[in-house]
Amino acid sequence: MALAPAATLAVFFFGMRALWLMLVSVGVAVGTEALIQKLTGRTISIRDYSAAVTGLLLAFNVPASLPLWIVAIGAIVAIGIGKQVFGGLGNNPFNPALVARAVLLASWPAQMTAWVAPFTFLTTATPLGALRLEGTKMAYSSLFLGAIPGSLGETSALALLVGGLYLLWRGIIDWRIPAGFIGTVAIFTTFFGGDPLFHVLAGGLLLGAFFMATDMVTSPVTKRGRLIMGIGCGLITSIIRLWGGYPEGVSYSILIMNALTPLIDRYTQPVRFGGATK
Amino acid sequence: MARAKTFTGGIHPAYNKDRTASLAITRAQVPKVLVFPLSQHIGAPCQPLVSVGERVLRGQKIADSEARISAPIHSSVSGKVIAIELRPHPSGKDVMAIVVENDSLDELAAPIAGSKRIEQLSSAEIVNIVREAGIVGLGGAAFPTHFKLVPPPQAKIDMVILNGAECEPYLTCDHRIMVERPDDVVQGLRLLMKAVGVNKGYIGVEVNKPDAIDALNKACAAYTDVQVVPLQVKYPQGLELQLIKAVSGRELPSGKLPADVGVIVNNVGTAAAVAEAVLNGCPLIERVVTVTGSMVDKPQNLLVRLGTSFGDLLAECGLNGQPGKVIQGGPMMGMTQGNMSVPVTKGVSGILALSEAESAPLEAGPCIRCARCVDACPMLLQPIFLAQFAERGLLEQAEAYHILDCRECGCCSWVCPARRPLLQNIRLAKSAILAKKRR
Repeated sequence: MALAPAATLAVFFFGMRALWLMLVSVGVAVGTEALIQKLTGRTISIRDYSAAVTGLLLAFNVPASLPLWIVAIGAIVAIGIGKQVFGGLGNNPFNPALVARAVLLASWPAQMTAWVAPFTFLTTATPLGALRLEGTKMAYSSLFLGAIPGSLGETSALALLVGGLYLLWRGIIDWRIPAGFIGTVAIFTTFFGGDPLFHVLAGGLLLGAFFMATDMVTSPVTKRGRLIMGIGCGLITSIIRLWGGYPEGVSYSILIMNALTPLIDRYTQPVRFGGATK
Repeated sequence: MARAKTFTGGIHPAYNKDRTASLAITRAQVPKVLVFPLSQHIGAPCQPLVSVGERVLRGQKIADSEARISAPIHSSVSGKVIAIELRPHPSGKDVMAIVVENDSLDELAAPIAGSKRIEQLSSAEIVNIVREAGIVGLGGAAFPTHFKLVPPPQAKIDMVILNGAECEPYLTCDHRIMVERPDDVVQGLRLLMKAVGVNKGYIGVEVNKPDAIDALNKACAAYTDVQVVPLQVKYPQGLELQLIKAVSGRELPSGKLPADVGVIVNNVGTAAAVAEAVLNGCPLIERVVTVTGSMVDKPQNLLVRLGTSFGDLLAECGLNGQPGKVIQGGPMMGMTQGNMSVPVTKGVSGILALSEAESAPLEAGPCIRCARCVDACPMLLQPIFLAQFAERGLLEQAEAYHILDCRECGCCSWVCPARRPLLQNIRLAKSAILAKKRR
């Protein structure tokens, strides 16, 4: 439900293509989960909506011009490899939607980076891409409202903030991850001469910080651990954006921090009651 | 007034105390037959001092033990001993018990103490009377109080804390004692303070009991060495470690006793019983029990003679149909009972009759690592991993993650959105680990 504003705007900006991509992604994700669970004799759990959310988040991560069959493959990878192979809900070490995105990006790099502008569908560079290749910066208001090129879900900062704040208000996500993530990106980019407001609003940062890094299954269990994860994501994202080979670093930073989560858990164990005064 | 104090973690369950919180304590009907198990306390069970056929008086000592950690047992009625045999006990096991047939005369035995004032009593005298009265912790643990009052010589005690938190849902017996008998509670506290030789006494009370706080404040007004400490309403505020932390700021290290941080803790009901025994000469023969739950038409706070059966009390309170569960104590840490003939023993603070719907087991989903259990645990443990280790039989890892520090309060199971039986798994692992250690 928190993704609804972003979803609506995606359709608004990118038209029916967006709707189709979302429907196909969700449908295939849910279908894959049901099929795998049936074949392996487990109870079919699609009613918990976790597969549907994964499908939607995957769609949010792709350009509006992506062929439907590619996003379908992505959904199969997300659920099949990113989730069910590990044992289903709760057992996956990596965020399934991001696993799929990484696979798609590696397999079909051209289609996965064919960003189009909203309404016109002309192939255009994203704000981060433009910054890197041409040095031009898009206006803050465009970044905020979202009528800019980018993947389906990441364009409108406003819509994402509304959804993110809703999740915080309902207590569904821990504030430490988005705060650590966004805060670190802002501070780091300022320190190295970038424009913090631009970096916060551009690219997949808000989508990643509020909706993807916060996935409980793949993030640490302790409060300190979550803060560390947020900061870690922020550092890696900033480094990739400023000096790495890609214009955008959010998905990789989250996947890397997902991998480090068990380690973080080990080292941020709480001191049990009475343990400090041994 | 000082800001209400508390500890880290904990949960806020629905309290369900409204039906009984304002009901004054009333005397329960006394049944024809009463059962006195020889073990109603932590420590060695007692040996009977009477034989079948013998007449006993109300308040007469009928069983005792030579062991240091034990407490004598007294009859709560006058009548005849009709049997000494194995009987069902709230712990789930059958225990040897003295069965007395009530002659309804209520003939009193001699009082166990003269009527001296606190100032005239020595510390040793107080401890002795407490032992003779058979007083044990009435909060549920039933630890012999006299033993607690003689801590090891190296422990430097500087305060006594009374536990008036009553954080378990449904239970209101301590609440009513504080409202209706505040002077007994305060006198009991001062007696305990004299017994251990300290001049600071605190009564911790959750702020959802403003009438109790008022009554106790008035009773404390005449003294400078005792005061009421308001506590934030949170479960499990009444757990010893959390209570000590909230009232005194001291954190009890793992494996240590309250005496090791200079504190002695007692329940408010226990304090009132101490006052009754030392100042009025009455041994522990009755206690307040909250009988409630959705299956009971007339819930009440009853003053029950020890030895009365659960079945008698539920009938008196209008048990309406077949309950799904009958719990002794509170819903979080109490024990489900299978046999309604079990008697009320010294540690029984409540009898809850819940419906089938309320007691139906929940279907568990997969763990999604939301970590609400980690946030809720008042011992700052990580139930998510402890339960996982328990399920997979990884006992060494569980011990390394401090599973033995778990107080079994149930916050983790309560808070889990996937309804996983965390506490139940942790309990299994704990008993497996302890069994291995004993070998």
